[in-house]
Amino acid sequence: MADEAPFQFLHSELIQYIYKSADTEDTENGRNISKLENLGCRVGQGLIERLTKDAPRFKDELDIMKFICKDFWTCLFKKQIDNLRTNHQGIYVLQDSQFRLLSHLSAGKQYLDYAPKYLAFTCGLVRGALSNLGLRSVVTAEISDMPACKFQVLIQKM
Amino acid sequence: MWPRLLRHSAAQFGRGPTHEMPHFPNSELFTLTYGALVTQLCKDYENDEEVNKQLDKMGYNIGVRLIEDFLARSTIGRCQDFRETADVIAKVAFKMYLGITPSVTNWSPAGDEFSLILENNPLADFVELPDNHNTLIYSNLLCGVLRGALEMVQMAVDVKFAQDTLRGDNVTEIRMKFIKRIEENLPAGEE
Repeated sequence: MADEAPFQFLHSELIQYIYKSADTEDTENGRNISKLENLGCRVGQGLIERLTKDAPRFKDELDIMKFICKDFWTCLFKKQIDNLRTNHQGIYVLQDSQFRLLSHLSAGKQYLDYAPKYLAFTCGLVRGALSNLGLRSVVTAEISDMPACKFQVLIQKM
Repeated sequence: MWPRLLRHSAAQFGRGPTHEMPHFPNSELFTLTYGALVTQLCKDYENDEEVNKQLDKMGYNIGVRLIEDFLARSTIGRCQDFRETADVIAKVAFKMYLGITPSVTNWSPAGDEFSLILENNPLADFVELPDNHNTLIYSNLLCGVLRGALEMVQMAVDVKFAQDTLRGDNVTEIRMKFIKRIEENLPAGEE
Protein backbone atom coordinates (compact mmCIF):
# COMPACT_ATOMS: atom_id res chain seq x y z
CA MET A 1 0.00 0.00 0.00
CA ALA A 2 1.47 3.31 -1.00
CA ASP A 3 2.50 5.78 1.65
CA GLU A 4 0.61 9.03 2.13
CA ALA A 5 3.62 11.14 3.00
CA PRO A 6 5.07 11.66 -0.50
CA PHE A 7 1.81 13.11 -1.79
CA GLN A 8 1.32 15.30 1.26
CA PHE A 9 4.81 16.73 1.02
CA LEU A 10 4.49 17.20 -2.72
CA HIS A 11 1.13 18.90 -2.28
CA SER A 12 2.56 21.36 0.26
CA GLU A 13 5.51 22.11 -1.97
CA LEU A 14 3.22 22.59 -4.96
CA ILE A 15 1.26 25.19 -3.01
CA GLN A 16 4.50 26.96 -2.02
CA TYR A 17 5.62 26.98 -5.62
CA ILE A 18 2.39 28.40 -6.99
CA TYR A 19 2.33 31.14 -4.37
CA LYS A 20 6.01 31.96 -4.58
CA SER A 21 5.93 32.43 -8.31
CA ALA A 22 3.10 34.93 -8.01
CA ASP A 23 4.06 38.57 -7.92
CA THR A 24 1.98 39.99 -5.16
CA GLU A 25 0.16 38.43 -2.25
CA ASP A 26 -3.38 39.77 -2.41
CA THR A 27 -4.31 40.26 -6.03
CA GLU A 28 -2.85 36.95 -7.04
CA ASN A 29 -4.61 34.86 -4.44
CA GLY A 30 -7.66 34.10 -6.56
CA ARG A 31 -5.46 33.24 -9.51
CA ASN A 32 -3.32 30.96 -7.41
CA ILE A 33 -6.34 29.17 -6.04
CA SER A 34 -7.51 28.66 -9.63
CA LYS A 35 -4.14 27.35 -10.71
CA LEU A 36 -4.12 24.83 -7.92
CA GLU A 37 -7.70 23.87 -8.65
CA ASN A 38 -6.92 23.34 -12.32
CA LEU A 39 -3.94 21.18 -11.53
CA GLY A 40 -6.15 19.12 -9.26
CA CYS A 41 -8.71 18.85 -12.03
CA ARG A 42 -6.23 17.31 -14.46
CA VAL A 43 -5.12 14.82 -11.85
CA GLY A 44 -8.68 13.99 -10.87
CA GLN A 45 -9.57 13.19 -14.47
CA GLY A 46 -6.63 10.85 -14.80
CA LEU A 47 -7.29 9.15 -11.52
CA ILE A 48 -10.97 8.52 -12.06
CA GLU A 49 -10.32 7.08 -15.50
CA ARG A 50 -8.08 4.44 -14.02
CA LEU A 51 -10.19 3.83 -10.98
CA THR A 52 -13.38 3.19 -12.90
CA LYS A 53 -11.91 1.28 -15.81
CA ASP A 54 -13.57 -1.97 -14.83
CA ALA A 55 -16.35 -0.65 -12.68
CA PRO A 56 -19.99 -1.19 -13.64
CA ARG A 57 -22.04 1.70 -14.99
CA PHE A 58 -23.38 4.18 -12.47
CA LYS A 59 -27.14 4.18 -11.98
CA ASP A 60 -27.56 7.90 -11.45
CA GLU A 61 -26.03 11.09 -10.14
CA LEU A 62 -26.39 10.06 -6.51
CA ASP A 63 -24.65 6.79 -7.27
CA ILE A 64 -21.74 8.75 -8.70
CA MET A 65 -21.56 11.02 -5.66
CA LYS A 66 -21.55 8.03 -3.35
CA PHE A 67 -18.68 6.60 -5.35
CA ILE A 68 -16.77 9.84 -4.94
CA CYS A 69 -17.42 9.76 -1.20
CA LYS A 70 -16.41 6.15 -0.73
CA ASP A 71 -14.10 4.71 -3.35
CA PHE A 72 -12.57 7.87 -4.73
CA TRP A 73 -11.97 9.43 -1.31
CA THR A 74 -10.46 6.16 -0.08
CA CYS A 75 -8.15 6.09 -3.06
CA LEU A 76 -7.04 9.62 -2.29
CA PHE A 77 -6.96 9.73 1.48
CA LYS A 78 -7.42 6.19 2.75
CA LYS A 79 -10.70 7.09 4.36
CA GLN A 80 -14.22 7.83 3.25
CA ILE A 81 -16.16 11.05 3.39
CA ASP A 82 -17.83 11.12 6.78
CA ASN A 83 -21.10 12.69 5.82
CA LEU A 84 -22.92 13.31 2.54
CA ARG A 85 -25.91 15.61 2.31
CA THR A 86 -27.93 16.62 -0.70
CA ASN A 87 -30.97 18.62 -1.58
CA HIS A 88 -31.68 16.15 -4.40
CA GLN A 89 -31.53 19.07 -6.78
CA GLY A 90 -27.88 18.99 -7.70
CA ILE A 91 -26.23 20.31 -4.55
CA TYR A 92 -24.14 17.99 -2.44
CA VAL A 93 -22.17 18.68 0.69
CA LEU A 94 -19.36 16.29 1.50
CA GLN A 95 -17.99 16.48 4.98
CA ASP A 96 -14.60 15.18 5.96
CA SER A 97 -14.11 15.49 9.69
CA GLN A 98 -10.39 14.73 9.56
CA PHE A 99 -9.18 16.10 6.27
CA ARG A 100 -5.75 14.62 5.75
CA LEU A 101 -4.25 17.58 4.03
CA LEU A 102 -5.07 19.84 6.96
CA SER A 103 -3.86 17.56 9.67
CA HIS A 104 -0.40 19.08 9.74
CA LEU A 105 -1.82 22.54 10.40
CA SER A 106 -2.65 23.06 14.01
CA ALA A 107 -6.24 23.44 15.09
CA GLY A 108 -6.00 27.08 16.04
CA LYS A 109 -7.92 29.86 14.33
CA GLN A 110 -4.74 31.52 13.10
CA TYR A 111 -4.41 29.08 10.23
CA LEU A 112 -7.89 29.64 8.87
CA ASP A 113 -6.49 32.15 6.38
CA TYR A 114 -3.98 29.73 4.99
CA ALA A 115 -6.23 26.75 4.94
CA PRO A 116 -8.12 27.52 1.68
CA LYS A 117 -4.87 26.97 -0.20
CA TYR A 118 -4.87 23.45 1.10
CA LEU A 119 -8.34 22.75 -0.22
CA ALA A 120 -8.05 24.07 -3.74
CA PHE A 121 -6.24 21.12 -5.27
CA THR A 122 -8.71 18.67 -3.78
CA CYS A 123 -11.67 20.69 -5.08
CA GLY A 124 -10.06 20.27 -8.47
CA LEU A 125 -9.66 16.54 -7.93
CA VAL A 126 -13.39 16.22 -7.35
CA ARG A 127 -14.33 18.45 -10.26
CA GLY A 128 -12.00 16.55 -12.59
CA ALA A 129 -13.31 13.20 -11.44
CA LEU A 130 -16.91 14.26 -11.94
CA SER A 131 -16.22 15.71 -15.35
CA ASN A 132 -14.88 12.41 -16.60
CA LEU A 133 -17.96 10.73 -15.24
CA GLY A 134 -20.12 13.04 -17.30
CA LEU A 135 -21.01 15.62 -14.67
CA ARG A 136 -20.10 19.27 -14.93
CA SER A 137 -19.74 20.89 -11.55
CA VAL A 138 -18.47 23.70 -9.44
CA VAL A 139 -16.67 22.54 -6.33
CA THR A 140 -15.86 24.77 -3.41
CA ALA A 141 -14.73 24.05 0.09
CA GLU A 142 -14.83 25.63 3.46
CA ILE A 143 -13.39 24.84 6.80
CA SER A 144 -15.76 24.58 9.66
CA ASP A 145 -13.50 23.46 12.45
CA MET A 146 -9.96 22.41 11.77
CA PRO A 147 -9.29 19.76 10.58
CA ALA A 148 -12.89 19.23 9.49
CA CYS A 149 -13.99 20.67 6.20
CA LYS A 150 -16.91 20.61 3.81
CA PHE A 151 -16.77 20.31 0.06
CA GLN A 152 -19.74 21.70 -1.75
CA VAL A 153 -20.53 20.27 -5.15
CA LEU A 154 -22.94 22.04 -7.42
CA ILE A 155 -23.86 19.90 -10.41
CA GLN A 156 -24.49 22.00 -13.48
CA LYS A 157 -27.01 21.11 -16.11
CA MET A 158 -25.24 20.34 -19.37
CA MET B 1 -2.39 24.89 -27.20
CA TRP B 2 0.24 23.52 -24.90
CA PRO B 3 1.54 20.25 -26.28
CA ARG B 4 0.74 17.27 -24.07
CA LEU B 5 3.92 16.72 -22.16
CA LEU B 6 2.72 13.56 -20.60
CA ARG B 7 0.86 10.78 -22.18
CA HIS B 8 -0.35 8.45 -19.54
CA SER B 9 -1.09 5.39 -21.55
CA ALA B 10 -3.81 3.10 -20.29
CA ALA B 11 -2.43 0.22 -18.34
CA GLN B 12 -3.80 -2.96 -16.90
CA PHE B 13 -4.73 -2.68 -13.30
CA GLY B 14 -5.91 -5.79 -11.52
CA ARG B 15 -9.19 -6.90 -12.97
CA GLY B 16 -11.30 -7.71 -10.02
CA PRO B 17 -14.89 -8.95 -10.15
CA THR B 18 -17.14 -6.11 -11.18
CA HIS B 19 -19.03 -5.81 -7.92
CA GLU B 20 -15.83 -5.24 -5.99
CA MET B 21 -13.58 -2.25 -6.37
CA PRO B 22 -10.01 -3.14 -7.24
CA HIS B 23 -7.53 -2.36 -4.53
CA PHE B 24 -6.14 0.88 -5.79
CA PRO B 25 -2.87 2.12 -4.40
CA ASN B 26 -2.78 5.87 -4.03
CA SER B 27 0.69 6.07 -5.47
CA GLU B 28 -1.31 7.00 -8.54
CA LEU B 29 -2.28 10.23 -6.86
CA PHE B 30 1.37 11.01 -6.25
CA THR B 31 2.47 9.99 -9.73
CA LEU B 32 -0.22 12.00 -11.49
CA THR B 33 0.29 15.03 -9.24
CA TYR B 34 4.01 14.91 -9.95
CA GLY B 35 3.24 14.81 -13.66
CA ALA B 36 0.97 17.82 -13.33
CA LEU B 37 3.74 19.65 -11.48
CA VAL B 38 6.35 18.94 -14.13
CA THR B 39 3.94 20.03 -16.84
CA GLN B 40 3.28 23.27 -14.97
CA LEU B 41 7.00 23.92 -14.58
CA CYS B 42 7.57 23.34 -18.28
CA LYS B 43 4.88 25.89 -18.95
CA ASP B 44 6.40 28.41 -16.52
CA TYR B 45 10.04 28.10 -17.51
CA GLU B 46 11.72 28.66 -20.85
CA ASN B 47 13.95 25.67 -20.89
CA ASP B 48 14.57 22.24 -19.45
CA GLU B 49 17.58 23.36 -17.45
CA GLU B 50 15.45 25.76 -15.44
CA VAL B 51 12.83 23.10 -14.86
CA ASN B 52 15.53 20.70 -13.67
CA LYS B 53 16.77 23.32 -11.23
CA GLN B 54 13.28 24.01 -9.89
CA LEU B 55 12.63 20.32 -9.41
CA ASP B 56 15.88 19.97 -7.52
CA LYS B 57 15.04 22.94 -5.31
CA MET B 58 11.56 21.70 -4.57
CA GLY B 59 12.95 18.28 -3.85
CA TYR B 60 15.42 19.82 -1.46
CA ASN B 61 12.60 21.61 0.40
CA ILE B 62 10.75 18.33 0.67
CA GLY B 63 13.85 16.40 1.72
CA VAL B 64 14.68 18.62 4.67
CA ARG B 65 11.24 17.89 6.11
CA LEU B 66 10.85 14.32 4.93
CA ILE B 67 13.89 13.26 6.92
CA GLU B 68 12.07 14.03 10.18
CA ASP B 69 9.14 11.91 9.09
CA PHE B 70 11.55 9.16 8.15
CA LEU B 71 13.49 9.22 11.39
CA ALA B 72 10.28 9.26 13.40
CA ARG B 73 8.81 6.28 11.61
CA SER B 74 11.74 4.06 10.84
CA THR B 75 13.55 3.77 14.20
CA ILE B 76 16.82 3.63 12.33
CA GLY B 77 19.73 4.77 14.45
CA ARG B 78 22.68 6.77 13.27
CA CYS B 79 24.46 5.21 10.30
CA GLN B 80 28.06 4.26 10.92
CA ASP B 81 29.32 4.95 7.44
CA PHE B 82 28.30 5.79 3.92
CA ARG B 83 27.73 2.14 3.04
CA GLU B 84 25.18 1.82 5.77
CA THR B 85 23.58 5.06 4.63
CA ALA B 86 23.26 3.64 1.13
CA ASP B 87 21.54 0.53 2.42
CA VAL B 88 19.13 2.48 4.55
CA ILE B 89 18.25 4.73 1.64
CA ALA B 90 17.62 1.83 -0.71
CA LYS B 91 16.07 -0.74 1.57
CA VAL B 92 14.19 1.38 4.08
CA ALA B 93 13.52 4.86 2.72
CA PHE B 94 12.72 4.03 -0.89
CA LYS B 95 10.66 1.08 0.25
CA MET B 96 8.73 3.12 2.76
CA TYR B 97 7.92 6.04 0.51
CA LEU B 98 7.87 4.70 -3.00
CA GLY B 99 7.36 1.00 -2.50
CA ILE B 100 10.48 0.04 -4.45
CA THR B 101 13.90 -1.23 -3.41
CA PRO B 102 16.62 0.00 -5.73
CA SER B 103 19.85 -1.96 -5.75
CA VAL B 104 23.04 -0.39 -4.47
CA THR B 105 25.99 -0.96 -6.81
CA ASN B 106 29.03 0.54 -8.52
CA TRP B 107 30.85 1.59 -5.41
CA SER B 108 33.89 3.76 -6.03
CA PRO B 109 37.18 2.36 -4.68
CA ALA B 110 37.25 5.07 -2.01
CA GLY B 111 33.76 4.07 -0.88
CA ASP B 112 32.45 7.59 -1.30
CA GLU B 113 30.28 7.11 -4.35
CA PHE B 114 27.62 4.57 -5.35
CA SER B 115 24.70 4.04 -7.67
CA LEU B 116 21.08 3.30 -6.98
CA ILE B 117 19.59 1.28 -9.79
CA LEU B 118 15.85 1.57 -10.13
CA GLU B 119 14.22 -1.12 -12.22
CA ASN B 120 11.10 0.92 -12.30
CA ASN B 121 10.47 4.49 -11.27
CA PRO B 122 7.06 5.25 -9.78
CA LEU B 123 7.36 8.97 -10.54
CA ALA B 124 7.58 8.21 -14.22
CA ASP B 125 4.92 5.53 -14.57
CA PHE B 126 3.26 5.76 -17.96
CA VAL B 127 5.13 8.93 -18.85
CA GLU B 128 6.65 9.58 -22.23
CA LEU B 129 8.78 12.62 -22.92
CA PRO B 130 8.03 14.45 -26.14
CA ASP B 131 10.97 15.16 -28.45
CA ASN B 132 11.40 18.80 -27.53
CA HIS B 133 12.29 17.97 -23.92
CA ASN B 134 15.28 15.73 -24.25
CA THR B 135 17.35 17.48 -21.62
CA LEU B 136 14.58 17.34 -19.04
CA ILE B 137 15.49 15.27 -16.01
CA TYR B 138 11.95 14.31 -15.29
CA SER B 139 12.51 12.82 -11.84
CA ASN B 140 14.99 15.40 -10.66
CA LEU B 141 12.87 16.02 -7.59
CA LEU B 142 14.34 12.82 -6.18
CA CYS B 143 17.87 14.20 -6.32
CA GLY B 144 16.83 17.24 -4.33
CA VAL B 145 14.98 15.11 -1.80
CA LEU B 146 18.02 12.92 -1.18
CA ARG B 147 20.34 15.90 -0.95
CA GLY B 148 18.08 17.81 1.45
CA ALA B 149 17.38 14.84 3.66
CA LEU B 150 21.04 13.90 4.02
CA GLU B 151 22.04 17.48 4.70
CA MET B 152 19.81 17.36 7.76
CA VAL B 153 21.82 14.44 9.04
CA GLN B 154 25.09 16.24 8.50
CA MET B 155 26.07 14.81 5.13
CA ALA B 156 26.76 16.95 2.10
CA VAL B 157 26.18 14.84 -0.99
CA ASP B 158 25.99 15.30 -4.69
CA VAL B 159 23.13 13.44 -6.36
CA LYS B 160 22.41 13.13 -10.04
CA PHE B 161 20.77 10.89 -12.58
CA ALA B 162 23.31 8.90 -14.54
CA GLN B 163 20.76 6.96 -16.59
CA ASP B 164 17.05 7.39 -17.16
CA THR B 165 14.64 5.00 -18.82
CA LEU B 166 12.63 8.01 -19.96
CA ARG B 167 15.61 9.07 -22.05
CA GLY B 168 16.02 5.64 -23.57
CA ASP B 169 18.39 3.98 -21.12
CA ASN B 170 17.73 0.45 -19.91
CA VAL B 171 17.59 1.36 -16.28
CA THR B 172 17.28 4.42 -14.15
CA GLU B 173 20.47 5.08 -12.24
CA ILE B 174 21.00 7.67 -9.54
CA ARG B 175 24.60 8.40 -8.66
CA MET B 176 25.33 9.59 -5.12
CA LYS B 177 28.63 11.03 -4.02
CA PHE B 178 29.66 11.89 -0.49
CA ILE B 179 31.23 15.34 -0.40
CA LYS B 180 31.84 16.00 3.26
CA ARG B 181 30.48 15.90 6.75
CA ILE B 182 28.62 19.04 7.77
CA GLU B 183 29.36 20.41 11.20
CA GLU B 184 26.23 20.85 13.27
CA ASN B 185 24.87 24.38 13.84
CA LEU B 186 25.90 25.70 10.45
CA PRO B 187 22.95 27.21 8.57
CA ALA B 188 21.46 25.05 5.83
CA GLY B 189 22.56 25.92 2.30
CA GLU B 190 19.38 27.13 0.65
CA GLU B 191 16.25 29.00 1.53
